[in-house]
Amino acid sequence: MATISETTPAPSLTRQDFISDQEVRWCPGCGDYAVLAQMQKILPQVGVARENFVFVSGIGCSSRFPYYMNTYGFHSIHGRGTAVATGIKCANPNLSVWVVTGDGDGLSIGGNHMLHTLRRNVDVKVLLFNNRIYGLTKGQASPTSEHGKHTKSTPVGSIENPINPVSFAISAEATFVARTVATETKHMASVLRRAADHRGAAFVEIYQNCNIFNDGTFEDVTARDVKSDRLVVLEHGKPLVFGKNSNLAVRLHNLHMEVGPLDAPSNGSHLIVHDERASDPTLAHILGNMRWPDYPECIGVFRDVRKPTYDELLLGQIDQAQSAKGAGSLQDLIHSGDTWTIE
Amino acid sequence: MADTKEVTTPIKEVDRVTIRFAGDSGDGIQLSGSQFTLATARLGNDLSTLPDFPAEIRAPAGTLPGVSSFQISFSENPIFTPGDQPDVLVVMNPAALKVNLKDLTDGGIIVANANTFVPANFKKAGYDSNPLEDGSLKAYRVIPLPITELNARALADAPLTKKEIDRSKNFFALGVVYWLFDRPVESTVEWVQDKFKRRPEIAKANVTSLKTGYNYALTTEVFTSHYRVRKADMEPGEYRNITGTEATALGLVAAARLADKPLFYGSYPITPASDILHELAKFKQFDVRTFQAEDEIAAVCATIGASYAGAVAITGTSGPGLALKAEAIGLAVMTELPIVIINVQRAGPSTGMPTKTEQGDLAMAFNGRHGESPVAILAASSPSDCFTMAMEAVRIAVQHMTPLILLTDGYLVNGAEPWRLPDVEELSRIRITQDADPETFQPYGRDPETLARPWVTPGHPGLEHRIGGLEKAEGSGVVSHDPLNHERMVGLRAEKIARIAHDIPELEVEGERSGDILVLGWGSTYGAIISACRQMRTEGVRVSNAQLRYLNPFPRNLGNILSRFKLVLVPELNLGQLRDILAARYPGNRYMGLNKVQGQPFKIGEIRAKLEEILETGVMV
Repeated sequence: MATISETTPAPSLTRQDFISDQEVRWCPGCGDYAVLAQMQKILPQVGVARENFVFVSGIGCSSRFPYYMNTYGFHSIHGRGTAVATGIKCANPNLSVWVVTGDGDGLSIGGNHMLHTLRRNVDVKVLLFNNRIYGLTKGQASPTSEHGKHTKSTPVGSIENPINPVSFAISAEATFVARTVATETKHMASVLRRAADHRGAAFVEIYQNCNIFNDGTFEDVTARDVKSDRLVVLEHGKPLVFGKNSNLAVRLHNLHMEVGPLDAPSNGSHLIVHDERASDPTLAHILGNMRWPDYPECIGVFRDVRKPTYDELLLGQIDQAQSAKGAGSLQDLIHSGDTWTIE
Repeated sequence: MADTKEVTTPIKEVDRVTIRFAGDSGDGIQLSGSQFTLATARLGNDLSTLPDFPAEIRAPAGTLPGVSSFQISFSENPIFTPGDQPDVLVVMNPAALKVNLKDLTDGGIIVANANTFVPANFKKAGYDSNPLEDGSLKAYRVIPLPITELNARALADAPLTKKEIDRSKNFFALGVVYWLFDRPVESTVEWVQDKFKRRPEIAKANVTSLKTGYNYALTTEVFTSHYRVRKADMEPGEYRNITGTEATALGLVAAARLADKPLFYGSYPITPASDILHELAKFKQFDVRTFQAEDEIAAVCATIGASYAGAVAITGTSGPGLALKAEAIGLAVMTELPIVIINVQRAGPSTGMPTKTEQGDLAMAFNGRHGESPVAILAASSPSDCFTMAMEAVRIAVQHMTPLILLTDGYLVNGAEPWRLPDVEELSRIRITQDADPETFQPYGRDPETLARPWVTPGHPGLEHRIGGLEKAEGSGVVSHDPLNHERMVGLRAEKIARIAHDIPELEVEGERSGDILVLGWGSTYGAIISACRQMRTEGVRVSNAQLRYLNPFPRNLGNILSRFKLVLVPELNLGQLRDILAARYPGNRYMGLNKVQGQPFKIGEIRAKLEEILETGVMV
């Protein structure tokens, strides 16, 4: 097993160390810029040497991300970033591997790989930039586009139901699931930092605007003047209280959430204290499914539990075999089985 | 043997025998076959084996789809195929007779378990009457033996259930066949005692069945003669019998060890390639990291990722899976990463005949990707050659930084033959140059000789760089849409593959180095071709043969060899895929195809018949 990262101390790095020499070519005003900037800002704090970071992507606007990071990077093919990342992690588990994907790349063409990467708990961090549109191919409906959405490929409205990325990730039992907003830079930085520290499959959905093909897609909940009443910021161990004046609360009533004034009578419902470490993901799932206009939408960490990772288990079986049988002898292996000698 | 009674039945010397054991999957057919193989190998015969499994996992007992078989051919001379036609058919029920009779040689011997030839089984097998008695088998020598009954009588005192007793009847049958071909029973006795050491009563019963069968044949004179095949003149050394699957897996493990890297094997279950995954999953102590992917695409993509991160990275599949991997192989071409894609070919297109063999994917290996995307292509020629070619595949991929397709097929991976074991000390190390100086490092800089780019893996400080599927600028590897750069890079990638020709052996011709007819095959047709050509040469026919194992690039002397023959006969288990490539690449020669797409390998006789036809019709004039 490669031990490079174990022997190389992380030197003190700055944001500058993570900026590559490539000119960034996203459209002016694209939400991707903010994610790139926050990523370059938090990586020096993670305590990993720069040479041990690998950014992997598929195809789409977001997938240009690795070119702009001065780390190891692999811009693969459409939807397959998670599969490539899985192989990287199997070959060298010491690397900090990040997958940058979008709603089309990660949940349409790459949906199968996303599911299996998460359920295997491969130690990779997946950032899904959700702008609810195909941008690079110039404006078709994506798997997260709303029902009825008018796009180039759905001129009279989409007849499909959208997938909810957080709900998908929780159903796949990803061990870390979060949501943030590209324009909420501080919140995004803290979520990215948490993902970086997580061991196991980390999934982060980032609400992000495409000002060319889907301008204002999350405005209903993220606009400056409405967000405090429409975004609930999840914090571990704290009740789900939100609103301009912290006067609104999310309550659980049977299997549904109810939203109302903090001081409303309980009426059979009860105030929820957020527990991101709950082993049962049911509540996280319900929170992830809250959608405007029926509900405010939650951002923050839905789930953060520690389970053995795929790469730990894979290498663990190898260590176990080697301690039980010794590092294999090729001579013995070739000469095993029923052999005979011709004089 | 316990019994030392004088043998009165005459013994006949024969130079080659082919036996097929057939019965229900519950009849222990594969076990009988492998035990007979071991006993035969220890006697020093050369041999070749081929099992045939039903496509259905558990077809109903006694029915035609439930028949499983195992064929072994053994000889005092070198042999290369499991035999065209069995001389002896051992059938445990009517269905097994029905399925296999068409292959039996005229005058061949049928040993049948007569106890199973009852009306209920005739119906399942589609017989109206008892074939052992109705005269329909006149052309053969039929030996009906009440095997179930005799076996039960021999074990009457054994502390076993009736079911357990019946289960050992295959050992009775095996004992009969051991006597018929003058094989010692000791290797099987040892095997049984080891296998059932925790169930000594079962071990004892099986040994009793085996010896009773042997003695029954010896004493009852149901056979008018029995047979002896003398020792073959084989190269001294230690041997084991090996299947193509086992040899492939061992070759990969050996190659990773010789390259001093972990072995990654990413694969999605598919017949008949899955067995490679099963085999490799046993070798964890060799740092073999197997990954059962969610689909074929994930398997190859994870393999590309593993290669990028520094493992010897392999993915294995069969035809339909190769089709699914095409886009990702293009990514490996563009990123110039070493991966090996093993394609265990099966009869296609689509689901086709999954358990049956074919060579239908050569054209796909050459051309099955978009854009100009050449890859190296190898093909193994025999079960044990899978070891050599798996190692060659890894060596070429990592030293030339390219994806490589290794073609095997269903016939090769299930077939087995004696393998003279190599001395590990004598295997060459696989040298990998990974050195890069941060000051001068160019991700797409090239070795002046091979044109390979450096294999720099994540974790090396100062060498951080980005690769991907977009076209790369020569040297720096940054994204480039420059028209002339693209043309140069397409040329460089093609030239890199072409230069592998300097790093592979020349093609060897067996027989005269020039003349009338060259029989040129590729991959698994080797056994049938070499057997037919050797036979015909001993009969004075001027025919030479050669077998391609390196297909892209071709051996550097191929063009020259082709030009020295008046006619090149190209036998293939497809409609002429190699022939078309040769005709395009080396025009001016006269090519003729011999093509078969029946899901079955060539028989020696089929190659001979074609050659005889060519000679008789005077095509050569």
